[in-house]
Amino acid sequence: MAKKLAIIASKGTLDGAYPPFILASTAAALGFEVKIFFTFYGLQLLKKELSLKVSPLGNPAMPMPVPIPSIVQVIPGLEWFATWMMKRKLKTKGVASVEELRDICVESGVELIACQMTVDLFDFKNEDFIEGISSGGAATFLEFSSEADTTLYI
Amino acid sequence: MSEFDIELDTSGMNCPLPVLKARKALSAMTTGQRLHLIVTDPGANKDIPAFCKMTGNSLLETNELDGKIHFFLEKG
Repeated sequence: MAKKLAIIASKGTLDGAYPPFILASTAAALGFEVKIFFTFYGLQLLKKELSLKVSPLGNPAMPMPVPIPSIVQVIPGLEWFATWMMKRKLKTKGVASVEELRDICVESGVELIACQMTVDLFDFKNEDFIEGISSGGAATFLEFSSEADTTLYI
Repeated sequence: MSEFDIELDTSGMNCPLPVLKARKALSAMTTGQRLHLIVTDPGANKDIPAFCKMTGNSLLETNELDGKIHFFLEKG
């Protein structure tokens, strides 16, 4: 029987989008049955048009070309700049885009599940999300994760 | 260098693309056919053997040449 991987994706930032999609697409390539449950800010990863950002604010571990004090990081445009820099770096290092990894997940049969409670909480609409996803609640996730070989909260 | 049926060059690509591309190439091949996989991602030294182990494909040979890792896989 195929191994199973259950993931909860709770982050909606550019850097937070990589771990669930990388692990899910790779697990699918290794023959796993994979389900990702998207909750709270993780729902952003299911949007048709992704506009994911990365913020240096409140993240002292983010490498910057020059040290930028927190008080300066609130300046409008700095988040845009950090996102632009990160995307450029990802591209030059040959890292796949989030969209590409998500497409591979869909093609390889990874089940993408939107947490219904948080969809309602944020007033998201089904048409905001890509085709082919399903929705469910805590019991849906737990039923699958109870039989999973690996379960991750990201 | 071993004989092979298909060559796949993933030079410049980073994790997890070499594994994903290898999987795609192997799924279009028949049992016993060989894939010559070229990778520059140093993480592949561990990832490709792990991939082979979990998917029932055999890793016949690995060698490193001019910063590129050459894997020879046989589809299981």
